[in-house]
Amino acid sequence: MIETKDINFYYGDFHALKGISMKMQPNTVTAFIGPSGCGKSTFLRLFNRMNDLIPGTRLTGECLVGGEDIYAKGVQVDELRKKVGMVFQKPNPFPKSIFENVAYGLRVNGVKDKAFIRQRVEESLRGAALWDEVKDKLKKSAFELSGGQQQRLCIARALAISPSVLLMDEPASALDPISTSKIEELIHELKRDYTIVIVTHNMQQAARVSDKTGFFMLGELVEYSDTKKMFLNPEKIQTQNYITGRFG
Amino acid sequence: MKRLRCIVEKLTEGLLTVSGAITTIVILLIVVFLFREGAGLFKSPTVEKGYVLCVDAGNPVTHLGPKQIKEIFDYEIENWAEVGGKDQPIVVFRFEEIFSRYSDEEFGADYELLPEKLGEVIVSTPGIVAFLPEEYMPEGMPGVKVLRGDHISPADFFGGREWMPTATPAPQFGVLPLILGTLWVSFFAILIALPLGLGVAIYLSELASERMRKILKPTIELLAGIPSVVYGFFGLVVLVPLIQKVFHLPVGETALAGSVVLAIMALPTIITVAEDAMRNTPRAMREASLALGASQWQTIYKVIIPYAGSGISAAVVLGIGRAIGETMAVLMVTGNAAVMPRSLFEPVRTIPATIAAELGEAPAGGAHYEALFMLGCILFIITMIISVTAEAISKRQPNRGL
Repeated sequence: MIETKDINFYYGDFHALKGISMKMQPNTVTAFIGPSGCGKSTFLRLFNRMNDLIPGTRLTGECLVGGEDIYAKGVQVDELRKKVGMVFQKPNPFPKSIFENVAYGLRVNGVKDKAFIRQRVEESLRGAALWDEVKDKLKKSAFELSGGQQQRLCIARALAISPSVLLMDEPASALDPISTSKIEELIHELKRDYTIVIVTHNMQQAARVSDKTGFFMLGELVEYSDTKKMFLNPEKIQTQNYITGRFG
Repeated sequence: MKRLRCIVEKLTEGLLTVSGAITTIVILLIVVFLFREGAGLFKSPTVEKGYVLCVDAGNPVTHLGPKQIKEIFDYEIENWAEVGGKDQPIVVFRFEEIFSRYSDEEFGADYELLPEKLGEVIVSTPGIVAFLPEEYMPEGMPGVKVLRGDHISPADFFGGREWMPTATPAPQFGVLPLILGTLWVSFFAILIALPLGLGVAIYLSELASERMRKILKPTIELLAGIPSVVYGFFGLVVLVPLIQKVFHLPVGETALAGSVVLAIMALPTIITVAEDAMRNTPRAMREASLALGASQWQTIYKVIIPYAGSGISAAVVLGIGRAIGETMAVLMVTGNAAVMPRSLFEPVRTIPATIAAELGEAPAGGAHYEALFMLGCILFIITMIISVTAEAISKRQPNRGL
């Protein structure tokens, strides 16, 4: 589903990602772990070209999503972002109602059919396991929800435009343990319909939710294998040191 | 050592408190001074200082408002019935006319008989209204009634449509044309400045490259520092002739010229404040919108502008505040005719311009002087309302979530 070939990425003179090649299968959860500043978030943000917003960056190599090179000339970035949804580190709902937050993606993509929008909003909220909690207050401001609910709202918002890939950049790092476990359950559910890539600081979380794990360090992909193998029997000594908590 | 530091700290604290208190007191005193001087206006007689109006004792009229007096002396009111008296034609008598009725000898060596002669005229002329200096007033003579005790009323002041502070015998202090002139010019200034300012703010905050921003932003901020008289000069030399030519007007000094100059002057404020508000929109909001496949424009008008809404409104209000209080530039380009504004292509006069232009020639303590202070009070109240509104709006920040 996602494939990168020898990706190099630069912030100005800083070489942030060094020759990364990896493949992610459809309907799997892939986790990226590694110490702060290792480039895992930067790598994740390549897949929906979010790094385009930062001036002075440069990329070499190929990044294929669904077989297409998304950095090729003539690629419509907004079309790509409809296919590749994203959930951010901190819940970032818009200062609008709960309903309008979820409907936003549909509206900006020109959907006018009200019945369809209503149906998609409900489906998405159900998909994000939030429907039962908010169905009576869809008109209320999204800011009235708790942090965990807001994050699930952001997931629902991303689901509403029916992406095939869902990128999650430390989606639970700003949440309490109960909300975190809800998000993790949700990731399990969503795996059936989406390809999920998640960046996390929390190794237990990676172990719990992912099928495959990539360990990044200083801009390099040190090790990439099945999660079980990675945590039980890592190949590289750096991986072992990190997982056992000797640094990072 | 430690004690010394303690003393120094206490001293500094005291000094800061005192300077704060002094500033506050000075500002309060200025406001009190303004209102005290201005309030004197409503104790001033309607007739020019040092003069009185006399009528014959048979006349039932006891009060004349400033507008009525003016119209009588302009021969627009010619019958006492129109001002609440008997049906009798009004005979207007000005002090100078006495010298054509009597020879110099008849007044006596020191004009000591002048009041007596004036009295004679008044008594012998039914329907007369005489405008006389106070010192020659034939007071106490039978058959003469002095109209006095009338003061300029707030209704005359706030509701009056004529501003002629040097009119004789009754100066006209109708402030309506000035208030409306101010609002008129400011309104169109904002109408011009708002779309332009918001456009530039959006460009600067969302579209401009970092290099362009680094050039443009200081330039725009520099605009705010140019003295207003320079703007006025620019308006006078460039805009006024241009407007005259383009619209084929007899004079180019019009409300339009004032509005354009004010718009240019309000632009830096609007741009800076609105741009700051938009840049303060969290990156997370933009990213969330873009990540959902929204285009940059959709992100700007669906997320950033609503989010920065309160900041943008504050920018507008501050811009209006700048426009309303502006004096020099407006004085130079609007033509300063104190008439009710009817179109953009006629001269108007604003409150600040009136104060600046007339304070120098208004005798201190006189009604004109006090009226100018009252204008200052009105301006103060208007700007206070504006800054309180701006404060309230900018406090109404959107809930930032976590």
